[in-house]
Amino acid sequence: MAIIEARKLTKIFGNDPKKAIPLLDKGWSKDKILAETKLTVGVNQAEFSIEEGEIFVIMGLSGSGKSTLVRLLNRLIEPTAGQLLFSGQDVMKMNAEQLRDFRRKNIGMVFQKFALFPHRTVLRNAEYGLEVQGIVKKERKEMAMRSLELVGLKGWEDSYPEQLSGGMQQRVGLARGLANDPDILLMDEAFSALDPLIRKDMQDELLELQSQMKKTIIFITHDLDEALRIGDRIALMKDGRIVQIGTPEDILMQPANEYVERFVEDVDLSKVLTASHVMEKAETITLDKGPRVALQFMRERGVSSLYAVDKSMKLLGIVTADDAARAIKENLKLEDTLMREDIPIVSPDAVLNELFELMGNIRLPVAVTDDNGRLKGVVIKGAVLAALAGNTNVVTEGGDNHESA
Amino acid sequence: MNLPKIPLSDWIETLEEWLENNLSPLFDFIKLIIGGTVEGLNNALDWLPTLAVIIIFSALAWYIGKWKMGVFTAIGLLIIDNLQLWSQTMQTLSLVLTAAFISILIGIPIGILIARYNGLQRVITPVLDFMQTMPAFVYLLPAVTFFSLGVVPGVISSIIFAIPPTIRLTNLGIRQVPAELVEAADAFGSTPGQKLIKLQLPIALPTIMAGVNQTIMLSLSMVVIASMVGAQGVGATVYRAVTQVKTGIGFEAGLAIVILAIILDRLTQQVIKRSKA
Repeated sequence: MAIIEARKLTKIFGNDPKKAIPLLDKGWSKDKILAETKLTVGVNQAEFSIEEGEIFVIMGLSGSGKSTLVRLLNRLIEPTAGQLLFSGQDVMKMNAEQLRDFRRKNIGMVFQKFALFPHRTVLRNAEYGLEVQGIVKKERKEMAMRSLELVGLKGWEDSYPEQLSGGMQQRVGLARGLANDPDILLMDEAFSALDPLIRKDMQDELLELQSQMKKTIIFITHDLDEALRIGDRIALMKDGRIVQIGTPEDILMQPANEYVERFVEDVDLSKVLTASHVMEKAETITLDKGPRVALQFMRERGVSSLYAVDKSMKLLGIVTADDAARAIKENLKLEDTLMREDIPIVSPDAVLNELFELMGNIRLPVAVTDDNGRLKGVVIKGAVLAALAGNTNVVTEGGDNHESA
Repeated sequence: MNLPKIPLSDWIETLEEWLENNLSPLFDFIKLIIGGTVEGLNNALDWLPTLAVIIIFSALAWYIGKWKMGVFTAIGLLIIDNLQLWSQTMQTLSLVLTAAFISILIGIPIGILIARYNGLQRVITPVLDFMQTMPAFVYLLPAVTFFSLGVVPGVISSIIFAIPPTIRLTNLGIRQVPAELVEAADAFGSTPGQKLIKLQLPIALPTIMAGVNQTIMLSLSMVVIASMVGAQGVGATVYRAVTQVKTGIGFEAGLAIVILAIILDRLTQQVIKRSKA
């Protein structure tokens, strides 16, 4: 069962907001509703379900309703209509006490501007959610300390927020959100106020933390790079409406409409596309073949080298045409002339950015291997450049090759 | 314009009479409490030797502020003693502290309430404006009617005049707590009470203390007026000097009030500074 399920979840701001609901059903736009009724559509009939352990990114420009949407999930903003289920439980039917309990135990939150309590130490900030639950001092201190350790703030517990840098302050925010071990963590533009470098560190750390904790994380951002980096799935919002939900690859490769297309147009592809997107099928040979067969293969396929692999596609080395010719002349086996060292290798997840450096110095194509050393494909310079130039055909072909390799 | 005059004065007097006839047990009770507090405080200050009081206040000033504060307090109080205004000044101090204490006791909860309810704020704000701008002599009269002559109507009119800053600044301080902090407190499931105690009051404290400082200063400014209905103290000395045209005595008594004001002001300012840190 999905941990969060939203059905036609809607927020209208203004007097008598209910009267805009039938207009939304009729398909009126946000602008038209504002002009005719002076009501502002915050979130327009959002439909999605979030699975346990998933990082679900809600992305959109400012004013797209993403911050409103995330606040509907813990009812910091009261939804106008629709349905919201947490593990099958109707969140919108909870009374004040049940809602408090839900916020205390099931759903934590991290804020864009950190929202740390300035009069409390780092430890007392991290303790806050436990304190309001009435957990005894000793126990809540232990839990908060564990949470601070998790985000790398051990030793800072007696400092005050203003004494910390932005990145560290947000770690406190994260520790506070995690201290009561909630099922769901809402992160509202949590890294947007940080410097780009710190932001990237925090993204990495979040992914690292997530691999240990397996929380359900709902992450709001306006930054596509960030969304693509950390999201398992991304919901793209415009004018309060969710225009597309999909994996980062879906969003990039199959934009649902012009808006999404325009949105992803500006993305820095070198940081988003990985080796697996641009790699092509590698020409391979197994070592039980002789050098003459190797040369014949090269001639047939129009290449100047082959990747030597074993039966499980594990990469052993490279056979070049020169080496094969030398083997024939000196009556050697392929194995003896095999080039085993200095083969440029990357993992399928390596972003193109990392490939540039490798490719600058080396004449050979770059081999792509998985964690077990199995050859998945090969990246040649032309394909990388084509992909960066926005030639998505090349990209998808690379992807297809990846599937068949 | 030949419209008949609105009989406002008749109405007010009818109301005054009605209150006097029907609520006199309540007024007696209030009188007992306030009179008792002022008297008790005054007795304590009287019972202690002058030097002991001076040392206690100077030490307190030193502790809260810097050593300069302690020295100023000591010298200021010694001057008052030297001018033979000691017991009057202590009577005034008792009146002022009682008025300020009751103002804080009533004012902070009202401030909290109007910070929470906008409707209540709209009702209370004009009442506060009224209390602060209506000439003090005007409510001195009903105060005497209800509480008879003496220190109690003085304290009551001081409270009416001095309580608004505490209410206003408590309200302001709580409303100025950044919305994102309030949101964070809500997001972690705080009850309204937890939010108030753990977040709003601590953050609003410097602003609330600024209101308390204003309240103390304003109640000090009422001591001469209070003396007109029989409150004893250095205010009464000023009042007598004015009626008898004795400039020198008037100045001496006025100086004692100034010294007291500076000590109370600097002490509360220090408390504000500390609450900000």
